[in-house]
Amino acid sequence: MATNEVSLKNFTINFGPQHPAAHGVLRLVLEMDGEVVERADPHIGLLHRGTEKLIEYKTYLQALPYFDRLDYVSPMCQEHAFALAVEKLLGIEVPPRGQYIRVLFAEITRILNHLLNITTFALDVGAMTPLLWAFEEREKLLEFYERASGARFHANYFRPGGVAFDLPAGLTDDIYAFAQRFPKMIDDIEELLTENRIFKQRTVDIGKVTAAEAMDWGFSGPMLRASGVPWDLRKAQPYDAYEQMEFDIPIGKNGDCFDRYLCRIEEMRQSVRIINQALDRMPDGPFKTNDRKITPPPRAEMKRSMEALIHHFKLFTEGYHVPPGETYTAVEAPKGEFAVFLVSDGTNRPYRCKIRAPGFAFLQAMDFMSKGHMLADVVAIIGSMDIVFGEIDR
Amino acid sequence: MNQALKDLGEYIANALPNDVISAEVLLDELIVVVRTPAIVRVLTFLRDDANCQFKMLMDLCGVDYPDREQRFEVVYNLLSLKHNQRIRVKVMTDETTPVPSVTSVFSSAGWYEREAWDLFGIFFSDHPDLRRILTDYGFEGHPLRKDFPLTGYVEVRYDEEQKRVVYEPVKLTQDFRKFDFLSPWEGMTRLLPGDEKANVAENKG
Repeated sequence: MATNEVSLKNFTINFGPQHPAAHGVLRLVLEMDGEVVERADPHIGLLHRGTEKLIEYKTYLQALPYFDRLDYVSPMCQEHAFALAVEKLLGIEVPPRGQYIRVLFAEITRILNHLLNITTFALDVGAMTPLLWAFEEREKLLEFYERASGARFHANYFRPGGVAFDLPAGLTDDIYAFAQRFPKMIDDIEELLTENRIFKQRTVDIGKVTAAEAMDWGFSGPMLRASGVPWDLRKAQPYDAYEQMEFDIPIGKNGDCFDRYLCRIEEMRQSVRIINQALDRMPDGPFKTNDRKITPPPRAEMKRSMEALIHHFKLFTEGYHVPPGETYTAVEAPKGEFAVFLVSDGTNRPYRCKIRAPGFAFLQAMDFMSKGHMLADVVAIIGSMDIVFGEIDR
Repeated sequence: MNQALKDLGEYIANALPNDVISAEVLLDELIVVVRTPAIVRVLTFLRDDANCQFKMLMDLCGVDYPDREQRFEVVYNLLSLKHNQRIRVKVMTDETTPVPSVTSVFSSAGWYEREAWDLFGIFFSDHPDLRRILTDYGFEGHPLRKDFPLTGYVEVRYDEEQKRVVYEPVKLTQDFRKFDFLSPWEGMTRLLPGDEKANVAENKG
């Protein structure tokens, strides 16, 4: 018998949109050569809600809650970007206490996000216990959210001009107590994962990205830092009270899934440091700007003052008019650079509000990151990217 | 920071005199408007020049101004890690004129341009894979254009008889309401009815 000339044809498989390791509604069309990925084509948009279009039809205050619903595991950091953008166009300053409360909750949000990402990532590669432990901690943090804003997830707390409410009595003490205990929890999670043989086999040297590639693909946040680029907007272009905070920026060496995990672990420790500093130095005074044309008056005042009542009515029906202009304002969200490109035409509604989501850029690089890897590694890469479809699909 | 941006704007305008239409600093942000066909050359210059080093394209998006002759603006937001600076580059286009794709300069432009094509209908020439990205398979129209209604044109439901999802024209139980909030005492930009008579009287007197 002559040697058989077998022509191998690549095999195309469909991954998702309903798959527990897809972190939402990701549909991935994979072209496989045996078990090796030749090409990955992510299909996104299954969670597209037209947020940018909707915002064009809402006043600035009504647009804010949409930001909670973008990246729904780190809501307050996104409100932060929008609030800063509107403040920049309005040309207003936030009083120190407002800035400190924002920094405090931005860091709580960072821990919330990293806890979810690290542990679901571990779950994807086969470790279940960290998830169960971390979700207990997340619940405590969400309780702080609830006590400050009234809602566990969709907080609507950072408003242009400050924050919506002052911190209730006793909350800072409880956050302080949490910050004392929490590093122990990070140690426990690390004990399960960092030296774990299976975890390392699944993550070391998987999805490697060099610094030049990371920049070319527009990476930011831990994805960029894991490739060895020391860049953090909190340091480089500080906003609110971050200038007064002392913290370090962890960077990775290899840019693989394992380094991204290590960066996130260390960032949680740094967040605890920032939380402690913010609590120590929390100034007294107003928590939002006193300009009644932008922030509503206190409820008690509305019972007595006609002017306060009119301000309240005007703010919540018509809203404020923002002077014409445009700004690209970015914050260091837990996932990376979250930015708002806001165009105002002088009315009470944004003319255009483009949302720059970090995850969009990460997922775009899926094709080159997974090329030549096994199918099971695709899951590890998705897990380490920290993608959430609320922000990618908008 | 502000002076540095101003200098950078002048430097770019001098280095590329034929491509740059204007360079100005507004709200501490540098905005450079360039000619549409030159966008690839300008972005390559910004990426590679020693004084610019804008190695990262953070964002690319369209903005729709239906009143203008060239209704679309394509906005590129670049970031330089080396100099810790941001720059905004803009080009103008209309529904039919294509914008040269910058995927050869920045890989991250690929999906952003697909998004601008999907949501605005801005066509990018030489793009390797210009498909829709955010909207549904088989979607028609470009939803972020100002003349596209907020509610869209079709809605979907699962049809029990046909055992599949069917598309139907949107039925609103209540008309979509849009309020005009331009109150005359705030941000008064136009003449109020009757104002023109004041000048007439003056001329007579």
